[in-house]
Amino acid sequence: MARKHRVLMAKPGLDGHDRGARVVSMGLRDAGYEVIYTGRRVTPAQIVSTAIQEDVDLIGLSILSGAHMTLFGKTLDLLKEQGAGDIPVFGGGIIPPDDAGKLKEMGVKEIFGPGASLPSILTALEKHLPR
Amino acid sequence: MSKDRLGEQLSLWEEGPVAKALQARGERKDSFATPSGIPVKRLYTPLDVEAAGQDYVEDLGFPGRFPFTRGKDPLGYRAAPWLFMQYAGFGDAAEANKRYRYLLAQGGAGISIALDLPTQLGLDSDDPLADGEVGRIGVALDSLQDLETVFEGIPLDQPRQISLVANAMSVVGLAMFIALAKKQGVDPDQITLRIQNDILKEFISRGTYIYPPEPSLRLSCDLIEYCANHHPNWLPLTLCGYHLREAGSDAVQEVAFSLADGLAYLDEVARRGANLDAVLPQLSAFMSCNMNFMEEIAKFRVMRRLWARLAKERYGVSDPDKLGLSLVNFTAGSTLTAQQPMNNVVRVAIECLAGVLGGCQSLFPCSYDEAFCTPTEESVKLALRTQQIIAHETGLADTIDPLGGSYFLESLTEQIEAKVRELLAEVESQGGAVKCIDNQWFRRAIDETAYEWQTKVDAGEQVVVGVNAFTEEDDPPIAIFRPPAEAQERQIAKLKALRASRDQAKVDAALEGVAAAAREGVNTVPAITAAVEAYATIGEICGTMGQVFGLYRESGL
Repeated sequence: MARKHRVLMAKPGLDGHDRGARVVSMGLRDAGYEVIYTGRRVTPAQIVSTAIQEDVDLIGLSILSGAHMTLFGKTLDLLKEQGAGDIPVFGGGIIPPDDAGKLKEMGVKEIFGPGASLPSILTALEKHLPR
Repeated sequence: MSKDRLGEQLSLWEEGPVAKALQARGERKDSFATPSGIPVKRLYTPLDVEAAGQDYVEDLGFPGRFPFTRGKDPLGYRAAPWLFMQYAGFGDAAEANKRYRYLLAQGGAGISIALDLPTQLGLDSDDPLADGEVGRIGVALDSLQDLETVFEGIPLDQPRQISLVANAMSVVGLAMFIALAKKQGVDPDQITLRIQNDILKEFISRGTYIYPPEPSLRLSCDLIEYCANHHPNWLPLTLCGYHLREAGSDAVQEVAFSLADGLAYLDEVARRGANLDAVLPQLSAFMSCNMNFMEEIAKFRVMRRLWARLAKERYGVSDPDKLGLSLVNFTAGSTLTAQQPMNNVVRVAIECLAGVLGGCQSLFPCSYDEAFCTPTEESVKLALRTQQIIAHETGLADTIDPLGGSYFLESLTEQIEAKVRELLAEVESQGGAVKCIDNQWFRRAIDETAYEWQTKVDAGEQVVVGVNAFTEEDDPPIAIFRPPAEAQERQIAKLKALRASRDQAKVDAALEGVAAAAREGVNTVPAITAAVEAYATIGEICGTMGQVFGLYRESGL
């Protein structure tokens, strides 16, 4: 049997509002993914080392505090530095549209704001899964 | 009309016109229920209130008297409307000072200080973990110096109430106000300071904890005890149902879990031998105004009534008429949509109405742009105007509990209380709130509710206008607020200058006092006040306690 796709869900930074991260984690689990949730308040370095150790296929980051530009950026940079720049990263939270555009330019594959449905998230992620 | 006659007529109505209409048109759904799962009938009559066993005198009584179902205040809003509050704060202290002066000039009665995350977590602005978060969702308070700037030109006794969203570091926040009152020469008895200080809910929802649950509970209770002895006007604990709700709980869980937390605090201060007759009137609750209008109003009444009943049953207070719980109601940020954001103006207005009809003492409306950013000045003003319109144009402030006696509302009130009591019994059977935090029971229960809600929205069973119905291709752009980008640098420069200029020996001695108080189990407020007055920083004070208490780290799902 093929191995389940593995997703690392993470809450970088100091923000503790994790309803979105947890609900999406549950949705992914029910859709057949293996979900590793870091818990709250992890650093980009912790996220990247967990992603590499656990050999994940996708990384999901959730931030509501407004620190997304700094923390998403650091995570992407560290992934590249550690030779894991090919792991697709997606993000969610309270992210103004302009920032969402910039984050995509920086390499975040998808940004899901409030109101994104679970089916729409699943469809978008499938595009980025390794074949 | 007699009960039998009413029953008879009701049957005739059901068998006649209702049966005919059902056959011809049917109903929108097979079954109707509130979001917390209470079935909603087609029609409510006095029979439902009677079936629920409601007794007017026992269960409703009169405003300002036990059990406070119809209100905390014997005059309701006839003497004065609720306090119009706005949650605000961003950037550094100088920026925040400007916003507070603006809001006071626009008729805001109180000041509610939002703290940035590093401050809430006891970290200095130059801590590596603070990078990118300084001044983001609130103001940075590294030391007493920052609070002095926040209140420059605003005497502490000018706002009717000052509220501080401090939980894990609430004791430092309280100490800063004690010190500032002294510096401004204002009598602390002339100030009403509300401190959130509900640390237990941080472990269940919002996540801004520092230390493990047990020492955290101790610190929260230090404030309760200290204020009961020294500051009778201050409000040292605001139980937070709100954050549980935003994390995904339903109305019943919101009331049950926040009450369970409340009992944990009261058990601890009772164990210390505090006088509960002095403690209880200083406590209040911060609740969510969500969209299911009638369930929300019923929920507020249950919160007030059950708090009074539990406190009386459990602690045998001598004067139950002192058990009225002030409600600080806040519209639900999680109901705001990024899609068609102007719809949020309507949602906020409806949620404000529910908050007012539930009999709140103060009300915080969200701003319509909060699904994107910290509010703009324009959107904050509209939120303030919303409650001014409700207070002055709708007539709802002219009589107390205007919906009291509604067959539906009274039936809901009884049913919610029964369901909350069941959940509370479950918490008790597991050993209380701290145990349910340790074993993650609260979190799992809330996760399930949040997931179920999302599934219903995804399936279209729960309509959210603009999100899964009546959608548009392109949402119109709205103005986005951006906190000043240079706030972090400015704040760090100010902090470095402070560290260089203060009397380090005095700081070190004061911090040693904090460590000793933490170790020895005495009330930490006096030692922390001394440290604040020496201009010790928040990172130094909280770090010192962290060495005694340890830091908390949660596990994953």
